[in-house]
Amino acid sequence: MNSDPKLERIAKGNALALCATGTWTASFAPVLERMVADAEKLAGTPQSIFIDVSEIAKLDTFGAWLIERLRRSLTKGPVEAQIAGLSANYSSLVDEVRRVRATAVVDSSPITITGMLEQIGRSVAGVAGTVAGLIDMLGAVLAAGFRILIHPRSFRLTSTVHHMEQVCWRAVPIIVLITFLIGCIIAQQGIFHFRRFGADIFVVDMLGVLVLREIGVLLVAIMVAGRSGSAYTAELGSMKMREEIDALRTMGFDPIEVLVLPRMMALVLALPILAFLGAMAALYGGGLVAWLYGGVEPEAFLLRLRDAISIDHFIVGIVKAPVMAAVIGIVACVEGLAVQGSAESLGQHTTASVVKGIFFVIVMDGIFAIFFASIGM
Amino acid sequence: MAREAQSETQNPIIRVRDITVQFGSTRVLDGLNLDVKRGEILGFVGPSGAGKSVLTRTIIGLVPKVAGSIEVFGVDLDSSNTSQRRNVERRWGVLFQQGALFSSLTVRQNIQFPMREYLRVSQRLMDEITMAKLTMVGLKPEVAERFPSELSGGMIKRVALARALALDPDLVFLDEPTSGLDPIGAGDFDELVRTLQRTLGLTVFMVTHDLDSLYTACDRIAVLGNGKIIAAGSIADMQASQHPWLRQYFHGKRARAVMA
Repeated sequence: MNSDPKLERIAKGNALALCATGTWTASFAPVLERMVADAEKLAGTPQSIFIDVSEIAKLDTFGAWLIERLRRSLTKGPVEAQIAGLSANYSSLVDEVRRVRATAVVDSSPITITGMLEQIGRSVAGVAGTVAGLIDMLGAVLAAGFRILIHPRSFRLTSTVHHMEQVCWRAVPIIVLITFLIGCIIAQQGIFHFRRFGADIFVVDMLGVLVLREIGVLLVAIMVAGRSGSAYTAELGSMKMREEIDALRTMGFDPIEVLVLPRMMALVLALPILAFLGAMAALYGGGLVAWLYGGVEPEAFLLRLRDAISIDHFIVGIVKAPVMAAVIGIVACVEGLAVQGSAESLGQHTTASVVKGIFFVIVMDGIFAIFFASIGM
Repeated sequence: MAREAQSETQNPIIRVRDITVQFGSTRVLDGLNLDVKRGEILGFVGPSGAGKSVLTRTIIGLVPKVAGSIEVFGVDLDSSNTSQRRNVERRWGVLFQQGALFSSLTVRQNIQFPMREYLRVSQRLMDEITMAKLTMVGLKPEVAERFPSELSGGMIKRVALARALALDPDLVFLDEPTSGLDPIGAGDFDELVRTLQRTLGLTVFMVTHDLDSLYTACDRIAVLGNGKIIAAGSIADMQASQHPWLRQYFHGKRARAVMA
């Protein structure tokens, strides 16, 4: 049924006549385009120009447009090219195509050195914007918090409990598992290296201090940023995309109070709990390895642990948790609310949420380390 | 060869037989039969939640069915192999209720997406065809470089239609194309569907709630109820029907206003 398309020149005195035959459809587009380009070059100043399309077996938008393109480029001089022999079936399609204004498509601007420099400049300026955005959100959350203090009834307990379940209760298994394994690894590595100078037992000191002060809370915070921070950003972002947040606003609700505050509260309560559980799991794992691999009896381990660490170590660790939770929550909510209309933007902001969340958690940890060192804790 | 072509023009373009679709224990479609003829605009109506979109999605293959068979262009979609199926998919276009434009691509890239996938066409021709499609659906060329989030609801529908038409399909599925459009826009849209059907020889399967569309655009109407087609025929047949839902639908206050 499909026959190869052809475009032939028929001699007709002073006139330039072209006869199109065959199937002029999208599947033959490369051939058609070449034929049309060749025909466009036909020189001479004929008195009249005809494109005979009566022999075309099948025509679609692509074919119709190519004929129209040919007609337009042949109509350069004073003579207008005519399409002849159009069947009734296809005439409306050709008419439709004739209305199209061919506009040059603007290509995206090429990459230049100034453009690249501009990008760098914008990124640097963007950092200030990011920090301002975070402070802005912190202020909005605190303001909403004070409003809640004055009108405790407007606090969304159900929502907070729901988010507690999501970020705390459901996170327990994975957090405990990971911290347990990390505790095991620290103990194993400690014993392996300390054994060479007969200081096996000091692995307990190292494990206790490291886990309670740093690893416990830092590891848990990083995991929560990856697990719950990304979820917050994706939730708020898709709500933003579907105009749900605008809907809340028009109904007289403050999105910060309805959406952000319960999430923040849940996170601030959850992270200390998770950090505590994580620290315990890491100590347990470390103790297990110390016993099985290093031959430190559980009683000896506990006795040594009691001497090695004080309540200060535990406090130093656990005090950091709610602050880190607040940082993760604020970053996640700022990113979520900054999502624009596209799926790509949602992905970018979710990535940014996790990356920035982890970055700020580590920065906070550094600041805390300096602070605690200077007050001698 | 000629006979084959002839049989293709006579056979229905979509043939649905004894389709049953179930979600959990609720049976949405129950032994449904439907034929769509070549070159017609079929309007598909029914109460909200009757399963109009489910039937559309079942035909396209997005919803699994429990029983029955679906033939599109004479190809049984269950027993077809990948290349047959691809061939069928290349010949139909779908306009989703919400447009379903790719949000991270511009309008131009959205329309060119199926072309890139299925055709070997130069960028210049693709750009020109994109402009032609935009003109056909009544949009200005400037829209081409915008993102879907920067378009109004009506423009999204038009771009989605342009994308559905990108490959010059033989069959288009329109899921509530005029919902959310203003009456003038909806009227334009009906006119547009009619024009395109005439110029491109389309077969149109249109799910709609819009009485105006049924009156002005559709050749034939099928009504869905209780998981079956309860009536199919011209608008006059519908008005003559004694079915209680049909009576209410075609003789209600709004219907009288349309007919007046």
